[in-house]
Amino acid sequence: MSAKRNKDIKVLQGNEACAIGAVAAGVNFFAGYPITPSSEVAEFMARHLPLIGGRFIQMEDEIASIAAIIGASIAGSRSMTATSGPGFSLMQENLGLACLAEIPCVVVNVMRAGPSTGLPTQPAQADVMQTRWGTHGDHAIIALAPSTVLECIELTVCCVSLAEKYRTPTVLLLDEVIGHMRESVTLPPPGSYHCESRGTPGADLDDYCPAACEGDTVAPLGHFGGPHRFHVTGLTHDKHGFPTMVPDEVDQKIHWIVDKIESRADELAMNDEFMTDDCDVLLFAYGSTARVAKASVRQLREQGIKAGLLRVKTIWPFSGKRLHELAPQLRGIVVPEMNMGQLVLEVERTIGGGVPVRRLGRVDGRLFTPDQITDFVTEELSA
Amino acid sequence: MSQAIETARTYLKPHKKLPTVWCGGCGLGVIMSSLLRVISKMEIPKNDIATVSGIGCTGRMPTYVDSNTLHTTHGRALAFATGVKLANPKLTVITAMGDGDALAIGGNHFIHACRRNIDITAIVANNCIYGMTGGQYSPTTPHGKRGTTAPYGNVEHEFDASALAAGAGASFVARTSVYHVRELDKMLEQAIRHRGFSVVEVMSNCYTSYGRLNKYKSPVDMFRWMKESSVTLREAERMSPEELEGKFTRGVFVENYMPEFIEVYDNLAERLTSDSTTVATQLRETVERYERLGDRLKAVG
Ligand code: SF4
Repeated sequence: MSAKRNKDIKVLQGNEACAIGAVAAGVNFFAGYPITPSSEVAEFMARHLPLIGGRFIQMEDEIASIAAIIGASIAGSRSMTATSGPGFSLMQENLGLACLAEIPCVVVNVMRAGPSTGLPTQPAQADVMQTRWGTHGDHAIIALAPSTVLECIELTVCCVSLAEKYRTPTVLLLDEVIGHMRESVTLPPPGSYHCESRGTPGADLDDYCPAACEGDTVAPLGHFGGPHRFHVTGLTHDKHGFPTMVPDEVDQKIHWIVDKIESRADELAMNDEFMTDDCDVLLFAYGSTARVAKASVRQLREQGIKAGLLRVKTIWPFSGKRLHELAPQLRGIVVPEMNMGQLVLEVERTIGGGVPVRRLGRVDGRLFTPDQITDFVTEELSA
Repeated sequence: MSQAIETARTYLKPHKKLPTVWCGGCGLGVIMSSLLRVISKMEIPKNDIATVSGIGCTGRMPTYVDSNTLHTTHGRALAFATGVKLANPKLTVITAMGDGDALAIGGNHFIHACRRNIDITAIVANNCIYGMTGGQYSPTTPHGKRGTTAPYGNVEHEFDASALAAGAGASFVARTSVYHVRELDKMLEQAIRHRGFSVVEVMSNCYTSYGRLNKYKSPVDMFRWMKESSVTLREAERMSPEELEGKFTRGVFVENYMPEFIEVYDNLAERLTSDSTTVATQLRETVERYERLGDRLKAVG
């Protein structure tokens, strides 16, 4: 192995890998507030952004952090913040503003056990539904969940790219285990990650419609200080960005911000499968739980049970496509989650009673063990 | 007069959004006209201005001003503005907030913005009430005065917004009222020219929600109150605390030249990028390798 290659093999922590992904995606503004177990992301950005022409600021709270990244995005930056459950709760109102005003930005949420202060240093996957429904009013969101440290880099790049492409906030959902886990990562060669950008408004300065919501394409977003002057508001607005209460315009706007994401659920779906070809029992999992579930699949196979794993990386928008395709061969689906049953609701909704869906929740602040999932499967689905 | 029309034509959005949502006789129009006059006099290109607000009657100001405009959530104008300024320091960033917006729900952002000294101008239109929601008492409603949620008179004591800003470290703090229009123009100009965080507290009148509840006969009666109950800094120096009771002081309270946040940050970045020690060089090489993982940066570099 050459010396040069060696330099590209690194032992990285999940949180650190997120920050590396952000740098790779051209994030040049970060605002954050300290919170366990996500602070390493902010620390990395504080150390590195000034070296590459970016700016970092520690705000007075999480409300201010997300406000600052939205403001920075409007002024032309690629921006990101990182937090955990309590801080994510505080961010909800402004997250809604970014959804409605269609401002690209990325929130990393390293999930810890809640509710309230909960267990700051223990893992959970309890913010899945908060991510989707936490802010008030109808809206949609994109959320991705990595299972490995390398994926923390990849999916952070995806979050930035999708935020830019669809002009929407995106959420990277880590759990404490993935955020703090260290793995050996071989950095891919330069230029490996593609990142979309929000486009440039046309030359017509007088008729720029920053909030156009017609057809298939998301309007390009100018930036404050650029050639186009424009208005951004958290009030429901018309295509020029000005407040409106005209029912048709309001209706069109709300459908637009939901449909531009929900209608692309299948296109945005990223999955990883393990031994699903011939499986009749499907484990459906994400994040660190999926790593444990994979070990369970092996155990179950040893016992002669034809188990397989569908691991979703795209949490929102939820795509049922793969589940539908697999359903005919299945006699049961088991959904282990470090919560009392959140994404399983989407699985149940998709399957609609055709195949038994069993929830396996864990909320004691501990990771699943392979035995726990294996035993649950054998008890529930031994037929 | 023609000058005023000219200013309005140039700096109001040429859009269907007029007349304003504000009540007749409201002081907010006075503040906005003053702002328009000042940016016109200073000849700041409209594309180089970002006007940012939160929620409330004052929060509607950006809807009319023809610059880049950002109407945010309640209390958060300064936090959004901080991001705007850091992303594009060339912009002249002005926030317009009411007393509830700036000092209650946004109080935390207000004091920290004062402390950080980022080059933003904060206009606090202080009419001592929540106007838009119908007259609930605010953090600046004087003790004993009425609001719809203080039907028997305010039990609490009010903030002195300028003293709060000065205490929190703002490098420019001034106060005047919508009655003292020339002074307002002057202070706004000074504030915008000031390099650092500047606060201009403007005592304003909300006849609709505050005036009627507190026995003022008309908006004009409230202008009279502002004229009669305000004293200049110089006058205040010669007055006893008893004489100053129920009055407010006008003037520039703080004007300090302190290093501005972005200037300091960028100087630091400059030092780091030209640091030739091995540790610094290695750190830069590592982060540049991370940067190049993306195709966007590879394409340009
Ligand atoms: S309610 Fe008060 S502050 Fe609001 S516009 Fe009317 S007079 Fe002005």
